[in-house]
Amino acid sequence: MPEDTVAHQFNTMEQQREADTLGMWIFLATEVMFFGGLILCYTFARFSYPQAFEEASHRLYVGYGGPNTAILLCSSLTMAFAVQSAQLGRRRATVAFLLGTACLGLAFLVVKGFEYHTDYVEQLVPRWHFKWEGSEAPHAELFFWLYFTLTALHAIHVTIGIGLLLVMAVLAARRKISAENHMPAEITGLYWHFVDIVWVFLFPLLYLIGHRQ
Amino acid sequence: MNTTQINLIEPAGDEARENYLTEHTVRSWLLTTDHKRIGILYLLSILVFFAIAAVAAAMMRIELLTPNGHLVLPETYNKLFTIHGVLMVWFFLIPSIPSVLGNFVIPMMIGARDVAFPKLNLLSWYLFLVGGALAVYSVIIGGVDTGWTFYTPYSSTYSNSNVVTMIAGVFVAGFSSILTGLNFIVTIHKMRAPGMTWFRLPLFIWSLYSTSLILVLATPVLAITLLAISVERIWGVGIFDPDLGGDPVLFQHMFWFYSHPAVYVMILPGMGVISELVTCFSRKTIFGYYFIAFSSIAIAVVGFLVWGHHMFVSSQSIYAGLVFSVLSFIVAAPSAIKVFNWTATLYKGSISYDTPMLYALAFIGLFTIGGLTGLFLAALAVDVHLHDTYFVIAHFHYIMVGGMVTGFMGGLHYWWPKISGRMYPESLGRIAALVTFIGFNLTFFPQFLLGYLGQPRRYHSYPPEFQIFHVLSTAGASVLMIGYLMPLCYFVWSLWYGKKAPANPWEATGLEWKTASPPPCDNFEETPLVTHKPYQYKPEELREGAQHA
Amino acid sequence: MPFHLFPEDAAANGHQVDQIFWALAALSVFIMALVFLPLGYFAIRYRKGNPVDRTLKNFSTWKFEVTWTIIPLFIGLGIFAWAAEVYFHIETPPANALEVSVVGKQWMWKLQHEEGNREINEMHIPVGRAVKLTMTSQDVIHDFFVPAFRAKQDVVPGRYTTEWFTPTRTGRYRIFCAQYCGTSHAAMIGWVDVMEPADYQRWLLSTGQGETMAAAGGRLYTALGCSGCHGMSSKIHAPGLEGLYGRPVPLNDGHIVTADDQYIRDSILLPGSQIAVGYQNLMPSFKGHLSEEELMELISYIKSLGSKPAQEHQQ
Repeated sequence: MPEDTVAHQFNTMEQQREADTLGMWIFLATEVMFFGGLILCYTFARFSYPQAFEEASHRLYVGYGGPNTAILLCSSLTMAFAVQSAQLGRRRATVAFLLGTACLGLAFLVVKGFEYHTDYVEQLVPRWHFKWEGSEAPHAELFFWLYFTLTALHAIHVTIGIGLLLVMAVLAARRKISAENHMPAEITGLYWHFVDIVWVFLFPLLYLIGHRQ
Repeated sequence: MNTTQINLIEPAGDEARENYLTEHTVRSWLLTTDHKRIGILYLLSILVFFAIAAVAAAMMRIELLTPNGHLVLPETYNKLFTIHGVLMVWFFLIPSIPSVLGNFVIPMMIGARDVAFPKLNLLSWYLFLVGGALAVYSVIIGGVDTGWTFYTPYSSTYSNSNVVTMIAGVFVAGFSSILTGLNFIVTIHKMRAPGMTWFRLPLFIWSLYSTSLILVLATPVLAITLLAISVERIWGVGIFDPDLGGDPVLFQHMFWFYSHPAVYVMILPGMGVISELVTCFSRKTIFGYYFIAFSSIAIAVVGFLVWGHHMFVSSQSIYAGLVFSVLSFIVAAPSAIKVFNWTATLYKGSISYDTPMLYALAFIGLFTIGGLTGLFLAALAVDVHLHDTYFVIAHFHYIMVGGMVTGFMGGLHYWWPKISGRMYPESLGRIAALVTFIGFNLTFFPQFLLGYLGQPRRYHSYPPEFQIFHVLSTAGASVLMIGYLMPLCYFVWSLWYGKKAPANPWEATGLEWKTASPPPCDNFEETPLVTHKPYQYKPEELREGAQHA
Repeated sequence: MPFHLFPEDAAANGHQVDQIFWALAALSVFIMALVFLPLGYFAIRYRKGNPVDRTLKNFSTWKFEVTWTIIPLFIGLGIFAWAAEVYFHIETPPANALEVSVVGKQWMWKLQHEEGNREINEMHIPVGRAVKLTMTSQDVIHDFFVPAFRAKQDVVPGRYTTEWFTPTRTGRYRIFCAQYCGTSHAAMIGWVDVMEPADYQRWLLSTGQGETMAAAGGRLYTALGCSGCHGMSSKIHAPGLEGLYGRPVPLNDGHIVTADDQYIRDSILLPGSQIAVGYQNLMPSFKGHLSEEELMELISYIKSLGSKPAQEHQQ
């Protein structure tokens, strides 16, 4: 969080900024291991049950996933512009791009919401509302468990990110983020790009298995 | 000697001198962001969990005195070894040196006022408490009988005990570990005093840095694994249970991918303490600083690559077994380097037998035995026979108790004057160290023989031909218990009646000794400046009076 | 059982395992001496106040470091290689071993000989002949451990694991479950009875069920309708099973797998998971209709159909 005064454990603002940035990088490393653990689970299962996974993947709609990927990629662009504006001290542009990124994030969540609804209607929700023809129902159900867990965890991270962006926008409006003190924007940018990168992995892994007719 | 620009604070029996302990209110403790207070909060918490786990162990050992003991029901016995493992691993050993001694000492050792994120530090402690409360709660409402390893599908489908509650406790405590590790890494990178280059850092810092790397990278995988068990258990989604379409061995891969590096979390900090003690009490610089520093990093890195050695008979491919076995032999090398280097440090030193040094010497001996017996388990054909027997139990207790707990005791005695401003009674300290050493060996050495004979783990009853070993082991455990109760008593006693400690009672090098005992809130009056390597001891000097810059 | 300090050695592999164990023990004593003796000596000789020469020449430590890194590493790798070789031998059952099927369940061992004889918590086998166990679990993971044979293998639900040994002495040797499996894990113990071959034959005859595993499997094969699709005169295009066992099977996704016990089991329980090339996913699953013992009997029957492929089925 931006401070005009240096926190008591630090000697200089420079030190505080460097510590905050390194802290965010390490936090992201733990997130990589967190998602990575799930993706490991997924990889193992996919190699074990390739046919079931391919069939299950075909039940996901690229019509939802594709646009969502585009939305998130655009949001990373607006985030980058927000950081650049902060570095250049352009207050209005910073606020605008931060809000724009938040809006795109919200759009992602809305699309995801519609998608989950569709999955529910089509009875693809493990244990609660699941129906699968064929002898590989348990493996298909495993795919959908992985799908919901991975995308829900990701959506939680997107939500937290939106919250962070709104806070940053307020702080930028109040001139707490400036050319001299643009680190908070940069650190938020790191987090948001990470969230985007996770989706860039999830989309092909979940939506694009095998050939489609 | 590190030259500093601080005035040395002489002991003057001055009660009014303000330090980090001065403020007494409950609020000042529960809302503290002072790393020193947080270290003490952790100390008190881990003692509670240790006590519960130790009582569980005592009950197990009494049950095992006779081949068909009836102290507890079989199901209760299974719950006892589960709670013993869960509490000892996650709520005592993993936080012990890092969260108690690390929190207290790291900022002072590097010349900082606090850690990088003090509020996050306090959050870590509260998360730890919540996790521990959940784990203990799971015991109160009936316990868990899966073992601390939670193997599936027993834990995810078949067990009728409170698995998810206990898992939730471990899950929450995992975040405490991650945040502590994150805090330490940033602190060590960014908050070193001027002149404190990487290779002027004390080796305790190197070992805690390596530990923190493991904590931040391995613990998230545990979180996912525990989440997966819970999902299977609650919603019946087949991840690990073959009846539901899952793979039970997948669990073992995911679990051990975290839990093997976790055992290095449970020894590296102890090794770091030993480097401090061996130099101070030999009055000699460490032999091979660079090798010890890099060996800590090597252990952390290679430690991520050996998890399959827990699975040689699990139906894992024999080629995977080959890879994991050779890497397990390789990971022994950096530990061996440390042992040889510590031994060589004593050469031409000036050795005193204060309590911390006794614990350090005990560590070197017991860790060597524990480490060598690890080679038996790394050897594929031999592990087929020894896997899941008492040999494994003896091996890891030699490392965790003979190693880590001994290191913790050594460090606690060493830094006690700094933490509390009081000296513990030295002769009682030495007696307790000796009692612990004897009790420990009597408890665990017979278990190597028991394992080779073939007695499996986690048995509440056993064939009568194994009884003599169990009797010896239980006798040893009684002695060991006394060895641990003694410090509990005299440390508490010393808070009121112990001799007041000077700033540097051991005449040790290291920035933490350049400030008062107990230290002021901000650790130092002025930021220190470091101009020398650590451990600039000279053995010929006699130990009298305080050191001067 | 009389008191032992060391386990009995009652199987052919045991000696090799013990050799490595004792070599490691000797190495450990050696390294302990290498550490403890100097440690003790230095601690005493260089104790504070003892007037001995403590002047240290300035020397670089790295020669020592490299030496005491490289030498233990080589010794360690040597032990690794030795143990790995013995391990490969332990994990590779010989052909023509006497086969016994094992099903572990909470909390007992159910065994069946090829001849059909069933046992609970006890295994009678002849001395001097390799015995191969094919094992699975009905519920959680167990482990079939015979300390006297230095043999151990996890018994995993959903898959088959194998273990083999050649007993060298008659006698009774303990079986332990060595993977925690719940409340009565400690009670899941039993005995291996190693007998003279003639006595073993007598035992087989006296406790026989009257039906070999393969025959029981053949009975199931008909009763469950397998012959309806897989039989020679069937109108359904299903793979022939004669000579299938042990042969490579090309699947429709391009992989080639071997038709071993696991393949047959998966084909019966999860037929859709691996479809042979040129065939459709038509086979129903028999999950829930067969016990583990029955599955093993079916596999035994299919094995008995020989290893020569029959003529092509009619379409």
